[in-house]
Amino acid sequence: MFKKSVAVALAVVALGASTSATSSTNAATAKPFPVTISNYGQSLTFTKSPTRIISLSPTATEILFSIGSGSKVVAVDNQSNYPSSAPRTSLSGYTPNIESILNYNPDLVVVSYDPGDLVSSLRNAGVKVLMQDAASTLNDSYSQIVQLGKITGRLTSANAVVWNMKKKITLALTSVPSRATGLTFYHELDDNYYSVTSSTFIGQLYTMTGLVNIADTADGAEWGYPQLSGEYIISKNPSFIFLADSKCCSQSRTTLKARPGFKNIAAVKRNHTFILDDDIASRWGPRTASLLQSIVYDIKFFLKTNY
Amino acid sequence: MIATVKRVSSFSIAVCAVAIILSILLATCIGAVGIAPSDVFASIAWHLRIPFTDQSVGTSDVIIWQLRLPRVILAFVVGSMLASAGAAYQGTFRNPLADPYLLGVSAGAGLGATLIIVTGSNPNQYLVPFGSFLGAITAVALTYTLGRSAIAGRSSTALILAGVAVANLLTALQTLIQQQHNDRIREVYSWVLGTLNTTGWSDVRLVTPYICICLVVLYRYRRVLDVFGVGDEEAQTMGLPVERVRATVIIAASLGTAAAVSVTGLIGFVGVIVPHVLRLFVGNSFRILVPLSIVFGGIFLVFADLLARTVLAPAEIPIGIVTALIGAPFFLYVLGSRRVGGIS
Repeated sequence: MFKKSVAVALAVVALGASTSATSSTNAATAKPFPVTISNYGQSLTFTKSPTRIISLSPTATEILFSIGSGSKVVAVDNQSNYPSSAPRTSLSGYTPNIESILNYNPDLVVVSYDPGDLVSSLRNAGVKVLMQDAASTLNDSYSQIVQLGKITGRLTSANAVVWNMKKKITLALTSVPSRATGLTFYHELDDNYYSVTSSTFIGQLYTMTGLVNIADTADGAEWGYPQLSGEYIISKNPSFIFLADSKCCSQSRTTLKARPGFKNIAAVKRNHTFILDDDIASRWGPRTASLLQSIVYDIKFFLKTNY
Repeated sequence: MIATVKRVSSFSIAVCAVAIILSILLATCIGAVGIAPSDVFASIAWHLRIPFTDQSVGTSDVIIWQLRLPRVILAFVVGSMLASAGAAYQGTFRNPLADPYLLGVSAGAGLGATLIIVTGSNPNQYLVPFGSFLGAITAVALTYTLGRSAIAGRSSTALILAGVAVANLLTALQTLIQQQHNDRIREVYSWVLGTLNTTGWSDVRLVTPYICICLVVLYRYRRVLDVFGVGDEEAQTMGLPVERVRATVIIAASLGTAAAVSVTGLIGFVGVIVPHVLRLFVGNSFRILVPLSIVFGGIFLVFADLLARTVLAPAEIPIGIVTALIGAPFFLYVLGSRRVGGIS
C-alpha cells in the first residue's frame, strides 16, 4: 500500500518535471543543429538529420516511427516487426553482416547490441553508429527517445511521446486498487522458467503496481534474470502468472495447465493467468506504457472476479 | 547360447535392488524446495496405495508426486539405457571409447528435434520427442546402410567411419537450420544441452516401455558381447552369426538410446564413464558389465541430476553439463592410462 502510493507520487513528480523540460527544450528547437552527443565512447556530431537510417534494434525502430522519423529509415533488422510499415529486411542485429549493412549506404546505424565488433567495423567504414542498449529504468527509455528526437530533428515529438508515456503510466498506476498491494506474481520469460526480478526494466513496472515478485528471492547471481524451477513456483503459489513467452515458446493457458503440478497454483486454479506480448515485454520503447496498462487491466480483472 | 556360467546370486540382485530404491528415495527427498523426508515418504506411500497411510495434502504432495519423483525415475531409466547401450557398443565394436551416440543417434535426434522446433508454429510437447526419435532412428539406419556397403566390407571399422560421416553431416545440417532460425535458437539450445525437466509422468510412460524392451534384449545378449572380443572371424568360426547378432545388438541399443534422447535431449558421457568405472572393479566380462551398467548407469544419472537441480537451485545446470564436467576428465584418464584397443 505504502510502496504503491510512493510509486504513484514519484510518477506524478516525474510527470511534472517532464512538462517543464518540454517547455525549456521548445526554445531550443529553434536551432536544432548541429547536435553533438556522446555515445559508446565516442562523440558524434550531426550537422543535419541523418536521412538514411538503419535500425538493428526493434526498440529503436519503434521509437523512430513513433516520433515521426520513420521516413528517414531505409532498413530495419529482421526482428523489427513493429510498426508494420517499417522497412523490414533480412539484416540481423545478432549476426550482422557488415557488407549488407553498408550496401544500404546508411548515414546512421542504430544498434542495441555490439556482436563481433559490429560498432567498430561500421565506424571504421565511416558510418555513424548510435548505441542504445537495453534500458534498465523508465528514465533510460525516455532519454533514448529524446536522444533519437534530437538527432533526427524531431525533439518536440519525442518529448510529446515521453509525456504521453508518463501520462499513461501515471493514470494506470493511480487506478490500481489498493488491495492489489502485496499479491504475488510470476513473470515467465520462457518455458525453462526464466523470470525477471524487480531490478530489471520490466520488473520495475510490476513493482510500481505494488505486486510482489516471486523471483526476487531466487536471484542468487543478482543478474536480474534468474531461472526458477517448477517446484519453486508451485511452492510460492503466486496469485498471478504473466506469460511473456506465447510467441517465442508457444506457451498458453492450456500448456500452463498441462505442466505437472501447475493446476494447484492459485493463479492457474482461478484462471488468473495472462498473456503479455513477448515483443513489447522484451523492448523498452513507447509501447512500454501500454504494457503497463495491460498489466494493470489484468490486475483489476483479477480483483473483480476474485471477490 | 547355453548358459554354462554361474548364475547371478540372489544376494547380489537384492543388494542392487536396495541400492536402486535407496538412491531414488534419497534423490526424491532433496530438491529446490525443502520438504521433510517424512512428508516425502507419506506422499509416495499414499500414492502407491500402501495400506494405513494418510493422504498427504498440499503443495509438498504436488511437488513430490507430480514433479520430483517422475523426474528421478526418468533419470534412472535414461541412465540405465545410456550406460548399457554404451557397454553394448563397446562390446560389439571392440572399442573401449564407443558411446551410445557412435552411430549418429545424437546428431540425428538433434536434427529431428531442431526441425520440429523451427517449423512447428505450435510445437507440442509430444512432437519434439517424436521428431528426435525419428531423426535418431533414421541416422542409425543411414549409418548402417552406408557402413555395410562400404568397400571395407562388413567390418566394424566401416560402420564407425560411416557413423562419423553421418554424424558430421547431420550436425552440419542441424547447425545450418538453427542459424537460419535465430528466434528459436534458445529452445534448440536447451534441448541440445539435455534436461530431465519432465512433463511429469507422461514422459516416463512414453519412454519406459521402449527402454525396458531394449534393456531386456541387451541383457540377453550380454554373453555374446564377450564372444565378439575374440574378433569377427574367430567369432564366426565359433558358430556365432556375427552379422545378425551385431545387427540385433545395434538395433536394441540404438532404439533405446533414441527413446531416451527423445525426451531428455543429449546427455553425454554416461555411456562411457559408467561401464569403464565398473570395469575397474569387476573386470572386462560383459556378462557382468551389462547388468551392472543398467543398475549403476541409472544410479549415476539420478545423482548427476540431483546435482543439476540443487547446486544453483532454484535454477538448474543442464544435465549434459554436469555429466560432461564429471565425465570429460574421466574420459581423458581412460584415454591416457588404460590400454586402448584401437579402432581396427
